[in-house]
Amino acid sequence: MIAALLDLLTALLLFFGAVFALIGSIGLVRMPDIYTRLHGPTKVTTLGVGSILLGSMLFFSVRDGLSLHELLVSVFLFLTAPVSAHLLARAALHRRCRSEAPVPEDE
Amino acid sequence: MLNAVVLIAMSMLGIALMLSAWRLFRGPDATDRILALDTLYINAAAVIVLYGVRIGRPDFFEAALLIALLGFVSTMALAKFLLRGDIIE
Repeated sequence: MIAALLDLLTALLLFFGAVFALIGSIGLVRMPDIYTRLHGPTKVTTLGVGSILLGSMLFFSVRDGLSLHELLVSVFLFLTAPVSAHLLARAALHRRCRSEAPVPEDE
Repeated sequence: MLNAVVLIAMSMLGIALMLSAWRLFRGPDATDRILALDTLYINAAAVIVLYGVRIGRPDFFEAALLIALLGFVSTMALAKFLLRGDIIE
């Protein structure tokens, strides 16, 4: 009973992570400019890969005792994703990339 | 059931890899290409973790950790190069 439930939870976490990775990559292709495109890959990193790693951690913990080393990868990714997104946004500003957002009207 | 879900997740990640490769080839700016490369390596790390779950061996996570570390360093270096025109000043 408990084993089947944990199996289901692992499958759900892996599926959820893959769905988020796919959605983030679709966002990377479909969004109009670099500033909106930065949005998708950060979700891939945190939600997508985060829950895939959580699922893998659960799978190996159920099978052969508590294993927490996947946590290392997810903590590292959670720390570095905002840093690289911030640097890329600054690089895009520096290179004067155009934004597709509408210009606000004069009052 | 878990086996089927892992297969489905791996094929979804394969589609995600192809989409980010499309952005990598398409551009239009160098920052877009760097962003696509960043997404590509993160998705590749996820595929490796899923492969480890599929064949049931826990030591594949080290490859994912290595990819994450080196990918972050390379993204930092490329963005820094675009910002300053130099990596180590």
